[in-house]
Amino acid sequence: MAELDQTPVAGNGLLDRRIFLKAGVAGGATLLTAQASAVEREEWMKLPGGPMSDNGAPSAHESHVKRLAVASQPGTTGTGVSRSPLEHLNGLITPSRLHFERHHSGIPDINPDEHRLVIHGMVERPLSFSLDALARYPMKSRIQFLECSGNSGASIAPQPVQQSCGVIHGLVAASEWGGVPLSVLLDEAGVKPGAKWIIADGADAAMMSRSVPLDKVKDDAIVALYQNGERLRPGNGYPMRLFLPGWEGNACVKWLRTIKVMDQPAMTKDETSKYSDLNEEGIAKLFTFPMGVKSLITSPSHGFTMGPAGAYQLSGLAWSGSGKIRRVEVSADGGSSWADALLDEHVLSKCLTRFRSAWRWDGGPAVIMSRATDEAGNVQPTRTAVLKGRANGAFYHYNGIQAWAVSEGGEVTNVYA
Amino acid sequence: MSMRNALLVLGAALVGMGGALADDSPGLGQELTAEELAAVDFTIMPDGDGLPSGSGNAVSGREIYNQNCLACHGENGTGGVNDVLSGGHGSLTGPQPQKTVGSYWPYATTVFDYVRRAMPFQSPGSLSSDELYAVTAYLLFVNDIIAEDAVMSAKSLPQVKMPNRDNFVWGYMPK
Repeated sequence: MAELDQTPVAGNGLLDRRIFLKAGVAGGATLLTAQASAVEREEWMKLPGGPMSDNGAPSAHESHVKRLAVASQPGTTGTGVSRSPLEHLNGLITPSRLHFERHHSGIPDINPDEHRLVIHGMVERPLSFSLDALARYPMKSRIQFLECSGNSGASIAPQPVQQSCGVIHGLVAASEWGGVPLSVLLDEAGVKPGAKWIIADGADAAMMSRSVPLDKVKDDAIVALYQNGERLRPGNGYPMRLFLPGWEGNACVKWLRTIKVMDQPAMTKDETSKYSDLNEEGIAKLFTFPMGVKSLITSPSHGFTMGPAGAYQLSGLAWSGSGKIRRVEVSADGGSSWADALLDEHVLSKCLTRFRSAWRWDGGPAVIMSRATDEAGNVQPTRTAVLKGRANGAFYHYNGIQAWAVSEGGEVTNVYA
Repeated sequence: MSMRNALLVLGAALVGMGGALADDSPGLGQELTAEELAAVDFTIMPDGDGLPSGSGNAVSGREIYNQNCLACHGENGTGGVNDVLSGGHGSLTGPQPQKTVGSYWPYATTVFDYVRRAMPFQSPGSLSSDELYAVTAYLLFVNDIIAEDAVMSAKSLPQVKMPNRDNFVWGYMPK
């Protein structure tokens, strides 16, 4: 076997990303070098295995991998938030059962045969579509991220919260979203001149309502019917939701019921009093839709305990509401030096991108972090830069660099660096 | 004629007929009657478009609030297990900004729109239009925006100027 160049390319043991293209990092598993002298069977190899199933489920040994910090507002059971356990996942697709959720008045139990999508307002012909009708339209599917604009909001706290990666940052997920381009339905209804916005309403008890610019709708909005190949899960909008690639999750109205075409926004409760960004001078910005360029190391991350000193793979996620991820850099010395991470093969527009980096941990203290750049040239800012000029408590659209500290004993914690 | 040109001609022909249906669209939308449309249209615009008939003031609104809202939002909207709805005036530039109906919300119509959609939390849709105007008036009154006897209606509500109205800018301008 050829000698691998394990000379660090950045401080504190970061190795050249091309090492993965060669033969892997030595020092991990011990290879079996000789046939065992007597053949043996494990217990589970001595009898035929379990029965078939008509509905898949994860291994019982993985039952600890669940949505995190599931919390409802007082007096409710379905109004609140749950987070994707990012630290347990490795890849770019988020399993549907683990996709984060945010509901404003619980999950409605919608009868798909009775549900209708109505398009009205500034159109020539107000139209109603059943689910069966929509299922006959030409569809598109794309693998893309969905992120709540409140994701990572805990990172504005004066002291770093000691919670896991998923608890802090798990309001993001990636799925294959399939459905009907909304522009096709609007064309059928005939949008009148002067129209500039749509107002999308949901069929939940709170009738979530958001105004969305018509040009975004024409660009790439879909009425999503499918998530990861199956019909939407109830918590993600069954039987249909608005999906706006790269834009804040709240605007991707679930349980989509009506679309009113208008010449101006409706100034709904969520787009004015909630999802608006207040600065320190008392000025608030409305309609800050695209999610900023962002990345974080998911493994190792808060709560991990390192094993013996040696080779580790740093792995994480990067994404941007402005397009593809072009580059992810990682640092193992708190940002003093950086090395390029290797991006997994699937680098898709407005999608989670998995990155990996080889790190030879020397057993001493380290601060690891990642920094993403998207194809538009946007570079993920530091925490200090994100918070500059914001009002106290303004937590939406936080995309600062996340640092994790590794102690001499191998404990990994959340730090600001 | 190339396939592409043929499609362009076909598309132009369809537009000429008064429709813009893509040639791979099955065109299955069902037209709606005015009554069917009115039943699903909840949108209320800042200029008052969409507001129903009816009226109410803060005097009757107080009773409705105390019966339906107080348990979660506290006496006079000062907060309980859920959002604080009153007070916080002048706090936005301070160390603890408090975003209430009075200190933050830019449009009075939004109060009516949201309460009609989503409140009372356990029984949304249970308040009449008169009751909705009354409770909206009450929330504006406890924020010192209107007088206790001011009557809110489709005509008067859009004319209420919210104190923080001019402190918003748009982060996205449609093309």
